[in-house]
Amino acid sequence: MLVIRKQDLQQIFAQALDGYPLEVCGLLIGAETTPTPVHVGGGSGVTSASQQPAVKEEAQPGAQEATAYVELVVATDNIAESSRVYEIAPKALLQVDRLAEERGSQILGVYHSHTHTEAKPSPTDITQAPDPDWHYVLVSLRDVHPALRSWKIEGGKIEEEKVVVKW
Amino acid sequence: MSVEVRVPTVLRPATGGAAALPAEGDTVGEVFDDLIERHPGLKGQLLTDAGELHRHLNVFLNDDDIRYLGKLDAKVADGDTLTLMPAVAGGAL
Repeated sequence: MLVIRKQDLQQIFAQALDGYPLEVCGLLIGAETTPTPVHVGGGSGVTSASQQPAVKEEAQPGAQEATAYVELVVATDNIAESSRVYEIAPKALLQVDRLAEERGSQILGVYHSHTHTEAKPSPTDITQAPDPDWHYVLVSLRDVHPALRSWKIEGGKIEEEKVVVKW
Repeated sequence: MSVEVRVPTVLRPATGGAAALPAEGDTVGEVFDDLIERHPGLKGQLLTDAGELHRHLNVFLNDDDIRYLGKLDAKVADGDTLTLMPAVAGGAL
């Protein structure tokens, strides 16, 4: 599950629309909880200190699935400058990685826009997915309103995950 | 020369989970050889069959991309940091 604030969602949509007809991209910084054990008897399911997300009030008591909390959206240039593909500059990736480290956070994943297709990983997205631990957020501009969906990609297989918008 | 190599999560299964490793060498290529000797699972992740830098891998010597420093021949100094990062790309194509 991916938790993202409304303003961060709007930032991604605005970037995607501003960048049209080119694909846009960026990186997500935040914290991720690991799956929590089920506590018999209605326990709180509180995570250990090391597992607590930075947005602590959003912790889901008893949650069993991993939850990624987006704390910061960092727009990056699409150095491919294409309406069909995107590529994040290696140097930008390094800078964002260091920013995440300074914050005590991590890179949670990457987002990019599809200008004319659905918000679902393409064969290119699947084959080039750099990290199975990442969350892959896709924005589609195909329809009147932008759509955002999040996916996990591992071993050539994709699985959609729930996106929760924090208002 | 002794350097620190920072390993992205995607490569950590090959390093026993280590996020950073010490390694020795005078060039990036020698550092890689040292790493691969101790963590053979890294070989195919770092280098192609022809022994060249894998194109889906970015390597930074401190702040600089080694592609602009001579690639595997780039010289390293004591205390340098090598950061390995996956290439991030995709698209609707």
